[in-house]
Amino acid sequence: MAAVSFTRGRAWSIPSVWIVWAVIAGGCLFLVIGSIESSLFLQQTISGLANGGIYAGLAVALVLIYRATEVINFAQGAIATFTTYVAWQLIAWGLSYWVAFACTLGVAFLGGFALELGAIRPVERRGSQLTVVIASIGLLILIEGAIGRIWGNQVKFMPAPFPARIYHVGGAAFSLQDLGTIGVSIASVVVLWLFFQFTKLGLAMRAAAVRPHAARLVGIRVSWMLSLGWGLAAALGAVAGMLAASSPSVLLQPSMMDGILIYAFAAAVIGGLESAAGAVIGALAIGVTLNLLGSYVSWITPPLLLPAAFVLMLIVLLVKPSGLFGRTRTRRV
Amino acid sequence: MGSLLALHDVDARYGQVQALRSLSLTVDEREIVAILGANGAGKTTTLRAISNTVTRTGSLEFAGRSLARRGPEATARLGITHVPEGRGTFAELTVWENLRLGAYVRRGSLKADFARVLEYFPWLDGRRSQQAGTLSGGEQQMLALARAVMRRPRLLLLDEPSLGLAPLIVGEVFRIVRELNEREGVSVLLVEQDARTSLATASRAYVLEVGRVAFEGPSEELASRETLRRSYLGY
Amino acid sequence: MRLPRSTLFGIGAAVVATVVIAVLPLFLSDYHRSTGATVGVFFTAILALNIVTGYSGQISIGHGAFMALGGYTTAILTHDHSWNDIATLPIAALIGLAAGLVVGLPALRLHGVYLALTTFAVALAVPQIAKNYSGFTGGTEGLALPTHSGLWLYRTSWLVAGIAFVFAWLLLRGRTGRAFRAVRDSEIAAASSGVGLAVYKTLAFGISAALAAVAGSVYVLVNNFVNPDVFGLTLSLYILIGAVVGGLGSLWGVLVGACFVELLPIGLTTSHVSSSQLVPVVFGAVVIAVMAVVPLGAADVLRAALQFGSRTSESVERPLGTTEG
Repeated sequence: MAAVSFTRGRAWSIPSVWIVWAVIAGGCLFLVIGSIESSLFLQQTISGLANGGIYAGLAVALVLIYRATEVINFAQGAIATFTTYVAWQLIAWGLSYWVAFACTLGVAFLGGFALELGAIRPVERRGSQLTVVIASIGLLILIEGAIGRIWGNQVKFMPAPFPARIYHVGGAAFSLQDLGTIGVSIASVVVLWLFFQFTKLGLAMRAAAVRPHAARLVGIRVSWMLSLGWGLAAALGAVAGMLAASSPSVLLQPSMMDGILIYAFAAAVIGGLESAAGAVIGALAIGVTLNLLGSYVSWITPPLLLPAAFVLMLIVLLVKPSGLFGRTRTRRV
Repeated sequence: MGSLLALHDVDARYGQVQALRSLSLTVDEREIVAILGANGAGKTTTLRAISNTVTRTGSLEFAGRSLARRGPEATARLGITHVPEGRGTFAELTVWENLRLGAYVRRGSLKADFARVLEYFPWLDGRRSQQAGTLSGGEQQMLALARAVMRRPRLLLLDEPSLGLAPLIVGEVFRIVRELNEREGVSVLLVEQDARTSLATASRAYVLEVGRVAFEGPSEELASRETLRRSYLGY
Repeated sequence: MRLPRSTLFGIGAAVVATVVIAVLPLFLSDYHRSTGATVGVFFTAILALNIVTGYSGQISIGHGAFMALGGYTTAILTHDHSWNDIATLPIAALIGLAAGLVVGLPALRLHGVYLALTTFAVALAVPQIAKNYSGFTGGTEGLALPTHSGLWLYRTSWLVAGIAFVFAWLLLRGRTGRAFRAVRDSEIAAASSGVGLAVYKTLAFGISAALAAVAGSVYVLVNNFVNPDVFGLTLSLYILIGAVVGGLGSLWGVLVGACFVELLPIGLTTSHVSSSQLVPVVFGAVVIAVMAVVPLGAADVLRAALQFGSRTSESVERPLGTTEG
């Protein structure tokens, strides 16, 4: 693995991390002030956060795998879509929403685990990161094809977990769906964080991701940790997928997560590919920014949202080439 | 044969370059054995051969079981702790997390182990949440030994523990190694450039030259016989 | 002067390939000829990607965007302004060059995976922009173009591909090519030996984009239609797959990659696999399998085959200036 250097504060007197947090704080302040001023602003911020929550789940999944293997898993979205279809199927067979949700998480975990074992490990053995990335693209094509084969290409209707209720606070209206989405997204990321920080297995996975050689010497089976990582990433993606499918603007179809995957990429890149917190912040930022731009700037029509996200990504990268919280790596000659 | 660790006719290579040739050595229970020699003689490679972090062939036995097909993880589980160059510190994790990882293969509560660690290294107490990468070189070496205390291995492989450390700290390190050996019954296989201190700590020594054993025998013999010392250790 | 075996082999293979490609359409139906033309398009596109990624080491997955530029240039000029199709190609190349240079500049600041994902985002953003400014581009309904016979398309496409190949070959065996490779292998070493890093990296992008734009133009002619989805996610992914399956850093691999990415799906579609709707499943599985078995691509297999044949010192060093670069 490339050597990693911590560059907290280089030639500048203020550590760059502080500046990043200052900018984020400034952004939050802007949102709060705007929300107080205008109920429309508040509404759009909340629904932007809901979208951002969905992107965050997928973005953290990407970071999880990237941190351990330096590979961008292009199939992450397709895996999420597949598991969402599984949830749909379970509900169609009569299970209640949350039971299906829980079962789907289990299926996703096992599926992710199995995919790493069966499809990725054989490639990893002899290939480089690029080879594995291409394999993940192959996986993407395969999975979307499989979805079409099993369930057909027509759009399906995914029931919403939250009753369609609107709350009115002040002059603003919030849908329970949006609030619930934010809640579930945050909860899933927090649960994962707790797992990594406070359990032995979580510690082992972190150790394996950060120093695989030293981890082996301590008795950790690094390759199993990798498979576990894929399982967890798949489960997280499943949450994102199920939330996405229930949201009014997204349709359950084989290509459902294609667009969201791109936003997740952008979020992960903005946050710095090695930082889960960064990915969450990036995702929320994208969700909110795009929503606000869409409402307040008239010439930004829906097709231009993706390019807008790209511009946002570019701006961040030009200032911080490794993302907000990315660690600049020392490059070997 | 009765030895805890027995290497017989071990070859090891890095790609096309052969690093060990027909190397044989043993370590008995509760022994401290030193491997000495010039740079490139194959000392580090020997340790890597044991933990299977280098391609090797030959017979390697630990407590009667073959190490031939066991990867580094399995070797660790058998009771061999390899502290490599760089100390194997998880720099990005905290001191406490490093210690927990040291005891990864152990089950059950680590409270007693942590108490023992503090007996050896009382200064660790206030440093639990410090990021391990910010410790000094000496402290990291101590941390590596602390991880070994958590683990209570049967065999400890130490790769150049004195590297980059001030003489005072080196003395501390070796004192702790001796304590580990005497109090916990840990056998130690020690690779070192600092021959003097090693010979004072180890009971037996091997001197390697270009991947082969050039001399083996009790430390006093190597230390006291000037001809041997001059030709093999240069002093 | 005895040329190294691999150069002789390379020249021989080039001659054979040229003959085969020239003669092939005589045996094909009109429909298959236009399929062959599409292979030619992919050839040029993958070649373009190879210049920037395989040879100068800057990972770009965004060439769909440059293809879109070229494609829309051709479409708008022929559709709205009644230009002659072939005449639009050089214009497309120039626009591509300009765009590549423009992209190459900020790209200097990014590395590795960040560069890759940024270019990927560009590739996806451009079609969306096209969708938005539909007055100009025909939007989702797209623009129709005059049709041509399969034979004309085949010949045009492969002529363009051939010119691109020769251009790339000449470029890469000369000083520029060596500079590119130096940059790829070690930026720091290259910089310290006086290679103007920024100039060459940006240049690589520019040239690569120009070729991709021309490929896009031909693509649009082959389909006689353009709309934003033509240059969407799938295209950029397929070009990348083709480049890696063929083998990065190899001009010969490009041919294998182009055939793989265009012919395999079509082959699957016409076989009995398609009736069970498993075409993408099989294709995806094959891609994974290929990556597992031949991680360095077809070019690597070729290299191994060549070295197996000759056991002289030639097999140890790779002579500069061979077609494999």
